[in-house]
Amino acid sequence: MAKAVRSPLSDALWRRPNLLLLLLITPPLLWLGIVYIGSLFALLVQSFFSIDEFSGLINYEFTLKTYGELLRASNFDILVRTIAMASAVTIGAAIVAFPIAYYAARYARGKWKAVFYLGVMLPLWSSYLVKVYSWKLILAKEGILNWLFETLHLSWVLEAYLSIPGIGGNSLSVSWTGTFLVFLYVWLPFMILPIQASLERVPPSMLEASGDLGAKPGQTLRHVILPLALPGIIAGSIFTFSLTMGDYIIPQIVGTSARMIGQAVYQFQGTAGNIPLAAAFAVVPIVVMGIYLTLAKRAGAFDAL
Amino acid sequence: MTVAIKFSGVSRHFGIVRAVDGVNLEIAEGEFFALLGPSGSGKTTCLRLIAGFEQPTAGSIAIFGEDATQVPPYRRPVNTVFQDYALFPHLNVRDNIAYGLMVRGDGKSARRAAADEGLELVALDGFGDRKPSELSGGQRQRVALARALVMKPKVLLLDEPLGALDLKLREQMQSELKSLQRRLGIAFVFVTHDQGEALSMADRVAVFNEGQIQQVGSPEDVYDRPQAPFVADFVGASNVLPADIVNAVIGTHAAASLRPEAITLGSGPLGGVVEAQAFLGSATRIEVRCNRQIIKVLIPKGGVVPAIGEVVQMGWAPGALHMMDGAHG
Amino acid sequence: MHSKASLGLKIAAIGGLLFLHLPILLIFVYAFTTEDKSYQWPPPGLTLQWFEVTWNRPDVWQALGLSLKVASISTLIAIVLGTLCAAAVARSKFFGRETISLLVILPIALPGIITGISLRSAFNIADIPFSTWTIILGHATFCIVVVYNNAVARFRRTSSSLIEASMDLGATYWQTLRFVILPNMATAILAGGMLAFALSFDEVIVTTFTAGQQQTLPIWMLEELVRPRQRPVTNVVAMVVVLVTFLPILGAYYLTRGTETVAGQGK
Repeated sequence: MAKAVRSPLSDALWRRPNLLLLLLITPPLLWLGIVYIGSLFALLVQSFFSIDEFSGLINYEFTLKTYGELLRASNFDILVRTIAMASAVTIGAAIVAFPIAYYAARYARGKWKAVFYLGVMLPLWSSYLVKVYSWKLILAKEGILNWLFETLHLSWVLEAYLSIPGIGGNSLSVSWTGTFLVFLYVWLPFMILPIQASLERVPPSMLEASGDLGAKPGQTLRHVILPLALPGIIAGSIFTFSLTMGDYIIPQIVGTSARMIGQAVYQFQGTAGNIPLAAAFAVVPIVVMGIYLTLAKRAGAFDAL
Repeated sequence: MTVAIKFSGVSRHFGIVRAVDGVNLEIAEGEFFALLGPSGSGKTTCLRLIAGFEQPTAGSIAIFGEDATQVPPYRRPVNTVFQDYALFPHLNVRDNIAYGLMVRGDGKSARRAAADEGLELVALDGFGDRKPSELSGGQRQRVALARALVMKPKVLLLDEPLGALDLKLREQMQSELKSLQRRLGIAFVFVTHDQGEALSMADRVAVFNEGQIQQVGSPEDVYDRPQAPFVADFVGASNVLPADIVNAVIGTHAAASLRPEAITLGSGPLGGVVEAQAFLGSATRIEVRCNRQIIKVLIPKGGVVPAIGEVVQMGWAPGALHMMDGAHG
Repeated sequence: MHSKASLGLKIAAIGGLLFLHLPILLIFVYAFTTEDKSYQWPPPGLTLQWFEVTWNRPDVWQALGLSLKVASISTLIAIVLGTLCAAAVARSKFFGRETISLLVILPIALPGIITGISLRSAFNIADIPFSTWTIILGHATFCIVVVYNNAVARFRRTSSSLIEASMDLGATYWQTLRFVILPNMATAILAGGMLAFALSFDEVIVTTFTAGQQQTLPIWMLEELVRPRQRPVTNVVAMVVVLVTFLPILGAYYLTRGTETVAGQGK
């Protein structure tokens, strides 16, 4: 018959389906295993070394001393501050993202659907640095925001706000509020997309059923929509939380002089030359994210990614 | 009779799941053969074993006397019509049909001629330039059929071929498939969970349950003379009478099957109370409770339908009560 | 839906979208400002002269060249590895499948600074000097997930019976790959590749740890942000970067658009 194709290798792949799987999975596994996991391991190893205080050289002996240093007040503050900021940004992003995601999933149709999709995708993918830069322009003393407040004769509101200790400062560009705004802006699309994906899986009939059973719109939102959107919110929060925790550029460009984890890692490995302490600092977000991902997985958030 | 497909002790296990478990089966050349069973019974896995998409964990498969256990699908003289049709979305209808000829190296003109011939065979002349997405479900199925048939297979495999079609189209395709099979004279092996479809189309039926074949035989065999309670129940929803009832009625201690339409009301050895009735159009079905057993009775149109709660006696023609050997359920 | 969106929801949704876009548009205005010492708003005047100044800056061209090179090579590596991984994960259920998905996502799920400092530690321990390849090593690693996501979604939509149908009709694995799998996967892989390119072209956090003294375009911009030398040139570069990254994103969108709708209807 004509079906007499000869291809020994193809035959071998058919007879042993696992061989095909092995051929497919080996190259990416080798790459990720060696380059990525290998590097993470190198980081972990470094964090158990310490730095000699007099010579400034790395002491290649196993010690927990470097982790102990994390608990020093000045270092511990950095951890608390970073996690607080990451939490604030996550909550803020969820609040701002939800209406956009909800509108895009439920009401936007046809052309508007595309507008919403691209409207989120373009900022998501456009240059991170440019986005940060644009906020430097916005928040600058002579920039558009101050100009806007002045033009509306509302400068006193801004000044009153900036005089609040903790979140205020000399100007918005050197305040925690400024840092928060930029973080919120830069990571917002990462929150919108998973929420939208989870909302799009809610069939409209389910909302009609809820209404049919006597629920007011607010009750439907609370008891039906929010629980169903929760996996999406958690999936989005993985990104906003993780990205905020590890960022060192935004707080460096917009914000106070108090550091976050990312800046500490960058400075300790760079100018200070204290790679072990930098490594120990970097392990904190890994541990936090490890816990976070485990919890998120239990909540079924990975389906919404 | 030439044996087209022969299964010898074939098993296919997925981990601890025994999808197919020690199946012996022979399908003759030119036969219209149905693999019938509920979902998960192993019938589809059997079809996939014939096509070569699955490999047996144990046993061997021969196609026209040649051992095919180690032969990959692209060298087996069988072709498949998939349940979801599996038309290549990036190719138009003509290129879909000629795909098999293309990969074996036929020239362009030969391919075109064969594709047009295939389109004609399934009454889709002139549809060659369309994309699969521009066809209706029924048309897609015809393309899938033509694509398999232009390869001139010795056995055509059909996986739930009518499952996705609506009732009217399904009836039409049933008779078309049947006449096509007569005309081509090759064996058709088709998988279905619809017992009506299996009985009306096939020359022989294999009834599957839990990875094993319960019975192989002509439609009359499996309908009138079920060999196992499962067959009696699955094929035509027969009453399965447990051994103690049969013993009380005719003195033989064995389970037996009794067709609902074979029961007459009025006098007879079995009495009970009518519990439910359902109007089916051409007949009315009532359910009669005898102790713990529910007996279904079909009363043809025009017959007297007893009211719910009424006590009735049930009888049947001699021979209607079919003893099942090997039935212990 | 027969109910209409409430006014509050509409305002919140549209307002959110504006919040996402106005800052980027602002960059476009600043690229034309005549003011070169501060970020004054509104701009005192408009000019095209900064485009010429930027055009004649060799450091900008050099940084752009390096960025393009790194992004191209990283994208190619990511396409190969991401597609292979997606094929394995989408096609078969095997032990450890979830672990592999997690492993692929990890480089972007964990903060970039961790990928950066990890690679830096590894180079340090293994005594590898910084080069273009150390940058590529990092970029390819976090680009894999983008290609992987696109490819895995398409593999899932491409019914597995297509491959079986091809082999049933006499095609070997190689013929099936060439005539069925690649034509069906091409747009998804290309879209993934475009996004990977955009991601790599723009990356700065990991790069600062793996570049040594080399300057990619984002690193050049970062320097300008931290220690501004000539603000108008930065403005122009920022605008060009926005335009350049928009192209692959729009391209990827158009390549996957049709399939998304089909998939939606299929659910």
